Amino acid sequence: MKAPFAHTITLCLVVAGHAVPGFAQDQNAARDLAASCFTCHGTNGNSVGNVPPSLAGRDRDELVQMLKDFKAGKRSATIMHQQAKGYTDEQLETIAAYFAAQKPAPARIPSKAGS
Amino acid sequence: MAIDRRDFLKWISAGAGIAALPACETTGSRAQPGSARVVVIGGGYGGATAAKYVKMWAPDIDVVLVERSDRFISCPLSNLVLAGNTTMQEITMGYDGLRSRGVRIIRDEAEAIDADKRQVRLARGDVLNYDRLIVSPGIDFLDTIPGLRSPQARERVLHAWKAGEQTVALRKQLEAMPDGGVYVLHIPLGPYRCPPGPYERVCQVADYFKRAKPRSKILVLDTNPDIVSKPGLFKAEWNGPYKGMIDYRPNSELEDVDAKGMTLKLTFDSVKGDVLNVIPPHRAADIAQKAGLITTNDRWCNLDWTTGESLAVKGIHVLGDATLSAPAMPKSASMANQHGKFCAAAVIALIKGQAVTPPVIMNTCYSFVSRTSAMHVTSIHQYDPAQKTLVPVKGAGGISDKSSELEGTFAWGWARNIWSDTLA
Repeated sequence: MKAPFAHTITLCLVVAGHAVPGFAQDQNAARDLAASCFTCHGTNGNSVGNVPPSLAGRDRDELVQMLKDFKAGKRSATIMHQQAKGYTDEQLETIAAYFAAQKPAPARIPSKAGS
Repeated sequence: MAIDRRDFLKWISAGAGIAALPACETTGSRAQPGSARVVVIGGGYGGATAAKYVKMWAPDIDVVLVERSDRFISCPLSNLVLAGNTTMQEITMGYDGLRSRGVRIIRDEAEAIDADKRQVRLARGDVLNYDRLIVSPGIDFLDTIPGLRSPQARERVLHAWKAGEQTVALRKQLEAMPDGGVYVLHIPLGPYRCPPGPYERVCQVADYFKRAKPRSKILVLDTNPDIVSKPGLFKAEWNGPYKGMIDYRPNSELEDVDAKGMTLKLTFDSVKGDVLNVIPPHRAADIAQKAGLITTNDRWCNLDWTTGESLAVKGIHVLGDATLSAPAMPKSASMANQHGKFCAAAVIALIKGQAVTPPVIMNTCYSFVSRTSAMHVTSIHQYDPAQKTLVPVKGAGGISDKSSELEGTFAWGWARNIWSDTLA
């Protein structure tokens, strides 16, 4: 239920422009927080080659649990257990909700030089 | 000024400007109110990312990227080219991905910035007006080594610290070196671009020598008192798979280079080699210097870490390796990419009169120790209002337990994703 609801919000914001600045700014804050994950997991969580895995459209609760388990050291990883510790629980929840609301799509690949 | 008229027509025809932005200050022939313009100087990891994200998050803003090259060559993974473990082709990409997002790319060099008029003058004479300017210039080298002032000397003693022609040239020197020769790498005092980079380079050259010239040696002359990044992990490689190949000498300050005699002159010693690779100390690149953006030690640009805005010049944001690093923040591609995103968000918010949220950013760097094995260092930086800067979160981040092929796979995944996130 979460993901389609969030899409609706986004759509309304686009239509309404600046009519709801509070919502818009919360949305932007979530986007900006999640953007730190894009470097490795792809823009909006759509990963090139799925390594590291894509996060777009994943179940929100599953992502929250996974991130909290990484943070608590309950789930082993090469790097995520160290990174999840850098965020508050609230930030991890915001990040999870952001990715859950993204549409899975093929990652864009940079063009070859000279093309 | 032709550029601005073209923009005007383009924006009219595209029906842009309906977002009712606050009217921009009218200067010169700036396009009409409604099409605020962000100019980005430098299409590296910082600038390309900033340009992409301003356009992606605010399609109504006109985004112009000024870049002197028609191609992007990645510094990360360029050490693998030296070892023949990857190719230049693999790490070279174009800017069409940004064009297809609506970023206009001008292949030229920024010559001067007039912050009062909010204008950038390009080498070929065009003038670009801007509402906000993002400068992501990378680094240039300090002129501290007399023996490297002649072009001939600089052709012989390479830095290969900006990926490109020098990467290819250093690879050729290593290939031409006879078995039993000595490769000498000199590392400047930190801060420099890519803290683990020199030590990764040592591993890559060792990997190549082990395979192709097993009697050859590597001499590492480090100005720093110890390996700057992941010291334990690098030493494990040097005392493990590459045992006996690497002579590491800390506190080795370079006085001069004799390129003809292939000799490095240190404070108390002189060292000869068959391939000399000197990474000179660096500073924020020339355009930052010309624009008065350098604030600290004549080298780096200090900024407001909530917006990326220069503390020296209003309306100009500085990103990437040129910045005066926040505490424990490395000069890395990963950081530059993250600077690009938080700065894009702040620039949009400032143009639209919205509140700016302080950023949380994360660094992730992988070092390849062989063709297939890698190890990482990572840190998370949250804004501390008391210190007015980004600070690393205590107890978070860290390094690999050891290098592994699994992390080698992730390192390639990191590369493909950061390239996509920056350029496509």
